[in-house]
Amino acid sequence: MTRPQWSVKGCRPYIDIMRIPIETFRLSNGLFVTLSEDHTAPIVAVNLWYHVGSANERAGRTGFAHLFEHMLFQGSANVGANEHFELVARAGGTLNGSTWLDRTNYFETVPSNQLALALWLEADRMGRLLPAMTQQKLDTQRDVVKNERRWSIDNQPYGTCWEHVQELAFPPAHPFHHSLIGSMEDLSAASLDDVARFFATFYSPDNAVLSIAGDFDPAEARALITQYFGPIPRGGGVPPLPEMGLPGTYAPAPSPRRVVPDDVRLPRLFIAARTPPFASDAYYAASVAGAILGMQKGSRLHRHLVRESQVAAEASAGTFDLAKGSDLLVVDVTARPGVSAEQLEAAVTSELDAIWRDGVTADEVARAVALIETDFVSTMQSAETRADRLSMFATYFGDPARLNEQVDRYRAVTAESVSAFARARLGPDNRATLLFVPRDGDASGETESSAATNVSTAAAVAA
Amino acid sequence: MSAPTSRTIVEPVAPPRPGPDAPRPYRFPAFETRTLGNGLRLIIAPVTKLPVVTVLAVIDAGAATEPDGRDGLALLTARALTEGTTALDGEALTEAAERLGGSLAASADWDAATVRLTVLSERLDEAVRLVADVLRTPAFPEREIERLKAERRAELLQLRAEPRGLADEMIERFVYASSARYARPDGGSDASVAALTRAHVDGFHRQRYGPGTVTLIVAGSVTVSAVEGIVESALGGWSGGAPAPEAVGVDRASGDAAAVRIVRKADAAQSELRVAHVGLPRGHRDYFPVVIMNALLGGLFSSRINLNLREAHAYTYGAHSSFDWRRAAGPFTVSTAVASDVTADALREILSEITRIRSESVTPDELSLATSYLDGVFPIRYETSAAIASALAAMVIYGLPADYFDRYRAHIRAVTAIDVLTAARSHLDPSRLQVVVVGEPSLVRGPLEALGVGPVTVYDDTGRPL
Repeated sequence: MTRPQWSVKGCRPYIDIMRIPIETFRLSNGLFVTLSEDHTAPIVAVNLWYHVGSANERAGRTGFAHLFEHMLFQGSANVGANEHFELVARAGGTLNGSTWLDRTNYFETVPSNQLALALWLEADRMGRLLPAMTQQKLDTQRDVVKNERRWSIDNQPYGTCWEHVQELAFPPAHPFHHSLIGSMEDLSAASLDDVARFFATFYSPDNAVLSIAGDFDPAEARALITQYFGPIPRGGGVPPLPEMGLPGTYAPAPSPRRVVPDDVRLPRLFIAARTPPFASDAYYAASVAGAILGMQKGSRLHRHLVRESQVAAEASAGTFDLAKGSDLLVVDVTARPGVSAEQLEAAVTSELDAIWRDGVTADEVARAVALIETDFVSTMQSAETRADRLSMFATYFGDPARLNEQVDRYRAVTAESVSAFARARLGPDNRATLLFVPRDGDASGETESSAATNVSTAAAVAA
Repeated sequence: MSAPTSRTIVEPVAPPRPGPDAPRPYRFPAFETRTLGNGLRLIIAPVTKLPVVTVLAVIDAGAATEPDGRDGLALLTARALTEGTTALDGEALTEAAERLGGSLAASADWDAATVRLTVLSERLDEAVRLVADVLRTPAFPEREIERLKAERRAELLQLRAEPRGLADEMIERFVYASSARYARPDGGSDASVAALTRAHVDGFHRQRYGPGTVTLIVAGSVTVSAVEGIVESALGGWSGGAPAPEAVGVDRASGDAAAVRIVRKADAAQSELRVAHVGLPRGHRDYFPVVIMNALLGGLFSSRINLNLREAHAYTYGAHSSFDWRRAAGPFTVSTAVASDVTADALREILSEITRIRSESVTPDELSLATSYLDGVFPIRYETSAAIASALAAMVIYGLPADYFDRYRAHIRAVTAIDVLTAARSHLDPSRLQVVVVGEPSLVRGPLEALGVGPVTVYDDTGRPL
């Protein structure tokens, strides 16, 4: 095989690749603000993270954090139903919101002369949401969300994969165990009283971070923020999440395993390992291990399973980037037509055994870090991404400036640290397995897994 | 969980809703165009923000101009480019790109093939050389070609199991005449791809890839002179490549009167719904009025179709309409996924919105929603080197003038309500609309027949009538 020659230049760390300016302050009501100027284009991104997600839901209300996110677009005291969308569009801006296991974000990117409007809209719904809430709006959004569930999960091949992975990797009492989008039953049970309660408990300035990135004047921005958000009262305190910490592996119980016969054509295997929380000291080696295994075509899984042995049609791996308790490194491999679930699983297991047993090389680390670095810098070109990452580091660690350390943290990763991580965390005792198999025979003719009815549940218990 | 606190009752007084400040000027990044001695065109857009650069080669070798009977050859050829060169085998080539921090991505759609690579800008030289090598000296190893064919087969299998992909494929099959290339997937079918060989790929490459059919776009933190030197050295000695033949009849309509086809997906949790007819080519003079009209009909979140289906009726998580812009006439399509029991109701509402936008003028307030959105959002679209390179690629592929981006916002603002009405009447035609429903026939057939849009027939997931 021909090997490329590496130029010295190609391997030299790019010094000071990016240091974005970051300024922070806190309002007296507890709202934490981060500002990052960039005047290359007349646009500005406004981003709010509320430190609440599906992990904070109470029993019987799975999916409520996400349903609530929909309600935040239904108007507030001075904004009509659906007017939020229209005002931002009319201003020439884009917007969205999303719900994750432990946070909910809301964001808009607008022409920079419309910054005041974006801030005012966010402040109106943080301070004055409830006067606009009606039963009819709740009923409509409940149905919209049920359709979202059908569209993204129930009517999609493998659509339930993340629900299964969460159930397998986190024990039943753990806040990350249950479905993010929730069950139809729990969505049906949600009431206007739940909306009021959730808002009062979690949507307060002291449980939020506001970030602005792009073309703005910091003094003007600070004045607007103080004017719009300053009068919103502090909340009554957020109930603490239960202990999130977990043992580093599923041992001493056997690694959980579940086989799901589904309306799919090809077997697909997910393996989830528990890994160190996002951005902790040990996280970076885990992240690089994920990239070595499954980031892009030069990764081990792609090279060995897609290109060489051709048992897989697709293969990828990476960390989930959960910042509380435990993160997950998830391997995701789909069989080629004609390849059985058993063949697929044996091939993936052998790859995991290899990295667990033999570790990785410096060349592999260099490839992974170079890819991660380019990806990071490329995505940071967008003001929306910069603002969102600032909110993330501020919410999780109280320190948005950690954003500027990320490239250096990755560059400090060595083959030894990745190998040590793999030795500790990628062994047979840390592989929650989810295997989708075609139901009722299938078009591609592979043999059915004999384990098709061997459905088990997560066996590990929190410490 | 704690009980509500007083802040739910004592609402702070709201300051008045602010208006905009004076807008600040914006220009699409300046770019320079060069033609090498061998005819290869080069477009350079220096953008200094972060130290990244995107190298994007656009080749006039898309699926619309494949030889007859060779469906999927354009895509297979593009994908095979990155499977090895005469100097590096596929694995070494992949590794060379990834050690630079980028992934060599090659693909083809209806109108063009592309090869792209984004890296830190200090690695521009190596990146251009890799892109040049895959364009000039691909090895097309037999084994990798067979693997790519098998991967396409897996892709098609997955697509048919997936209601969205299935609906997208089926609607084009029924909108276009069976002889039209657009009636069949751009990446080819099981049968057509199975018949492709290494000789076809190699022949297509020899014939269609060369300096005369390639435009290389470099956008990012670079200087014009540095790029010129690197590209001249990497591609200046290349020769060959004939211009693409004219695509003939690729967009011929089926000519069918309005009809409803149910594609059976047993026990589907939802119906995937598509309502479509042949649209118009990208180069049509009505482009801007049609863009505004579509934004109001179903392009924006606050469009008529989305507000009707999602916010007024809660039939769906989202509904939208689009014109798929191609060199020839791509489809106009309304897409949504709705609960099975409201499938016919959703279709009725979609048809009523199409009728309404053809029958009366949009209000000034509505018009300004679309024009001010598309005007204002323009700079937000070009924040990244990859987005700037893609915009320049569209300029090349559709033959847009060099001042297109500078004049875009003025074109948008110039569209009137009368233009929108005229565009709707000229380019939307309810009598030609074809409907595809991927769902459970027993739940949707009766109500769809009762709606009386047209004959209702049922198909399996390969498009065979049942």
